[in-house]
Amino acid sequence: MKRTLFQEFSKGLSVSNPVFGLVLGLCPALAVSTSVSNAIGMSAAVIFVLTCSNIIISSIKRLIPKEIRLPCFIVVIATFVTIVELVLHAYFPNLRTSLGIFVPLIVVNCIILGRAEAFACRNTVMRSMFDGLGMGVGFSFSLIIISVIREVLGTGEILGIPVLAKAEPALFFVLAPGALFTLGVLIAISNHFRYKRGQTVKLKGGCH
Amino acid sequence: MDVNFNKILTIIISMVFVNNFILSKFLGLCPFIGVSRRTKPALSMGAAVIFVMTGSSIITWLLYRYILVPFHVEYLRTVSFILVIATFVQFVEMFTLKNFPALYETLGIYLPLITTNCAVLGVAVLNINDFFMEGYSVLASFSYSVIQAFFAGVGFTLALFLMSAIRERLDLAEIPECFKGVPIAFIVASLMSLAFMGFTGFRF
Repeated sequence: MKRTLFQEFSKGLSVSNPVFGLVLGLCPALAVSTSVSNAIGMSAAVIFVLTCSNIIISSIKRLIPKEIRLPCFIVVIATFVTIVELVLHAYFPNLRTSLGIFVPLIVVNCIILGRAEAFACRNTVMRSMFDGLGMGVGFSFSLIIISVIREVLGTGEILGIPVLAKAEPALFFVLAPGALFTLGVLIAISNHFRYKRGQTVKLKGGCH
Repeated sequence: MDVNFNKILTIIISMVFVNNFILSKFLGLCPFIGVSRRTKPALSMGAAVIFVMTGSSIITWLLYRYILVPFHVEYLRTVSFILVIATFVQFVEMFTLKNFPALYETLGIYLPLITTNCAVLGVAVLNINDFFMEGYSVLASFSYSVIQAFFAGVGFTLALFLMSAIRERLDLAEIPECFKGVPIAFIVASLMSLAFMGFTGFRF
């Protein structure tokens, strides 16, 4: 059964959400989710790289020899990451400082290479574009959920606007352990609903 | 600034404990969750990571210092580093398969996984960020980079080994259905990270 373009787009949000469903792209999801503004910046970068690399890879898929396809994918992805780096450098220096080394590390984000390998190299340009957009939006969705939880509980603010005026924020959530804890609980919640719906998809962690 | 042994000691403590790659910098989480079910594979994976991180740091440092900087093409850093690392890993894989089949049996299967391990590219980029400022002599910059890469790998292995030892025992624990597998691994990692935070402020 052929999926429609909208289904290609929406699967990234629900069934195969990259972070909660497939457990991919964890490092940036945890490292840059300390504040909502960082998360939004990172999301925009990932959506851009994922969509563009999917478009390029699916359009040159016939030209790439099978044996060296991974290096070819990596070069395409790295090119777009460099574009993002230069744009951040020129127009958003503050965001660049707070994202730090996670901007160049978008290259090795398993979501992007994973979609190139699993989808873009065997589907049409149009489908790949929607797949990239959907996966990117799914990633952003999870990133923003994590960052909202961490920023609200950890600092009592969202984007600088105080929301928990009366409560003492728990610094734990802004620090590294809080990120791991939040992600663990969120995956458990997502598993809970999955089992409830009768899906017994066994989660396998890691990129491969 | 010449090579300073205090600085070296600081780098070692920082990479293994204080700024542990997995538990405080979130680099290399995928293998941390994926290969930490049993202790033996975890150790083999750790050894492979230490080797690849050190090797690729040497190569990327030389590449940056003697090719990218003289030609003023520093912006090609990401593209060139990832290509060099991928090639290096492929080369090591073929070399061990041909010459040390026994070693390949234990380490080789983890080598392809390492190309996309963000810790490897991460340490290469960190070396450039940390030790390429004015004031570092060539020798100091190079030796700090190599030491940083090696001990980042050691810290990675330490966290991976501890985690796998805990997860072997977790198999016998009674855990709510929806927490089984990956979620509980994250909770455990969170507690470990909390423990490692105790090293913060440990200075010389």
